[in-house]
Amino acid sequence: MKAVCWHGKEDVRVDTVPDPTILNPRDAIIKVTSTAICGSDLHLYDGYIPTMQSGDILGHEFMGEVVELGKDVKNLKQGDRVVIPFTISCGGCFFCNRDLWSLCDNSNPNAWMAEKFYGHSPAGLYGYSHLLGGYAGGQAEYVRVPFADVGPIKVPEHLTDEQVLFLTDIFPTGYMAAENCDIQPDDTVAVWGCGPVGQFAIRSAQMMGAAQVLAIDRIPERLEMARKSGATVINYEEVDPGEALKEMTGGRGPDACIDAVGMEAHGTDVMGVIDTVKQATKLETGRPYALRQAIAACRKGGTVSVPGVYGGFIDHMPMGAVVNKALTLKSGQTHVQRYLKPLLDKISEGEIDPSFVITHRMSLDQAPEGYKTFRDKKDNCIKVVLQP
Amino acid sequence: MEETVSSRNIRQGDDRLAPKTDENKKAGINDTERWASLIMGGAMVLRGLQSRSLQGVIMAIAGGGLAYHGTTSDQSLPDKLSEAAGLDQDIRVEKTVTINKPVEMLYSYWRNLENLPRFMSHLESIQTLDETRSHWKAKAPMNMSVEWDAEIVEDRPNQLIAWTAVADADVPNAGFVRFKPAPGDRGTEVKVVIEYSPPGGALTAAVAKLFGEEPEQQVGDALSKFKQLMEAGEIATVEGQSKGH
Repeated sequence: MKAVCWHGKEDVRVDTVPDPTILNPRDAIIKVTSTAICGSDLHLYDGYIPTMQSGDILGHEFMGEVVELGKDVKNLKQGDRVVIPFTISCGGCFFCNRDLWSLCDNSNPNAWMAEKFYGHSPAGLYGYSHLLGGYAGGQAEYVRVPFADVGPIKVPEHLTDEQVLFLTDIFPTGYMAAENCDIQPDDTVAVWGCGPVGQFAIRSAQMMGAAQVLAIDRIPERLEMARKSGATVINYEEVDPGEALKEMTGGRGPDACIDAVGMEAHGTDVMGVIDTVKQATKLETGRPYALRQAIAACRKGGTVSVPGVYGGFIDHMPMGAVVNKALTLKSGQTHVQRYLKPLLDKISEGEIDPSFVITHRMSLDQAPEGYKTFRDKKDNCIKVVLQP
Repeated sequence: MEETVSSRNIRQGDDRLAPKTDENKKAGINDTERWASLIMGGAMVLRGLQSRSLQGVIMAIAGGGLAYHGTTSDQSLPDKLSEAAGLDQDIRVEKTVTINKPVEMLYSYWRNLENLPRFMSHLESIQTLDETRSHWKAKAPMNMSVEWDAEIVEDRPNQLIAWTAVADADVPNAGFVRFKPAPGDRGTEVKVVIEYSPPGGALTAAVAKLFGEEPEQQVGDALSKFKQLMEAGEIATVEGQSKGH
């Protein structure tokens, strides 16, 4: 089969590899009908995530048709059309039982590696480094899905792939980011980063009743998409977002701030330059520019929610502001399984059509071009969907 | 994997793994109670043992009266050589994991020792010989096989299984697994403490490979797989999956 493989920094290729096979009784094999490139895949592309190996198959946003089942998967049958959550979760551990699926104890075969980095291991993920399991991803014609009896959700025929594909990651990720803000009716929510996750965070904050959503980015087409969603936009290359946010909230600051940027934020001042140099020389693994800004801007007693991906260490974390402003900091990889059914219902009922973020449709063969275009934010690219 | 305790001690050891008979005699009733409460309690066992041999302590809580023929303290020439080369260090590992299943299920799975190779990847097989004795066979590089007989010296249903290798084992070793209900409905805390003494001579390299490189990781890995088997019904793997060139 054809698969998008990582071979090093800025080097992804479409290789011909063996078809996946059932390895465990709870596995399924899925014929992929649609898959997407995630913003977090760009951290792999840019070489910022350790423990990648040449030849690793990428991709954690994918859906398709069941073609083969392990003997213990009783709830699916061949031909079922399913969406696959990017978090691999067993369904039987303490964390899965408490709806904390991205913290599954049993799905990372390389848990010892993650324990050395983080103290404890989170769930295994598809195509996202050996630290997080080394599972082959779904930017391919076929993919092996472990614990297929608890992860995949069947989707109704009347919804297109493009409408349901983002249940795999970015829609639940934006939704959980907003949910973590515990939004009250009169709240103002500020969102850093108007990439796909930021776009879904904006829409979700609105669904949860936020009075005002402020969106911060520098890319015109991303700001335009946020504006169309009803957000008030701030171009941080034109105005200082800290000052703008204060002015727009009567000096109070946003009640909740969402960092939907993560480890590759762009700063415009001296700290931004220092972060870029440190990250390039591996002195820190993230450039937490947006996070620092969010903490500084947030109203006293407010919440800072971090769906953006950080892999390791950051410098100059303004912990003094967190403590003295009594902020609540919430984060986590998305507990995707928790959101599949309720968000599928919202799509089904027409409350949201997630396909609005798609700007590029390509064949799987064009994946290398897709990665480059998305990374360089060329051609107004916001979201790339690949059809195998 | 939720670990609560993890430690590794390496001691200079001569014959500490083999309890001397006077050590057993010295293990009076107070001593025995102390060791028993250490093993069954919440503290770090290895720290509590300090320089005592795990095997001696296991024998003490087992009653101390069990006939056990330890090796003598006379060292053969190869042993002296390996000591000089720093190869005679005892290795001790302590690891705890919480498993979201009842004590009874975990104890009974473990008590059937023939199940252990399913999650201890360095073991090839364990054959039960009788109620307490078993034959262990470990995978070793270069077609070397490492085998020994072990004896369960203490078996408290749903609480504790303690074993030691018999006296003439190539790799003197001892260990126990302890099952303790976790607070609330968190399942069971499973603690494994293992001590072994790599031999001198030709087996050294093979055994070092087998046990010595990352003993803590090896025990952690085994416990992790045990947990996966019990909670998820299978062991997570990526071995045999597709990969680009």
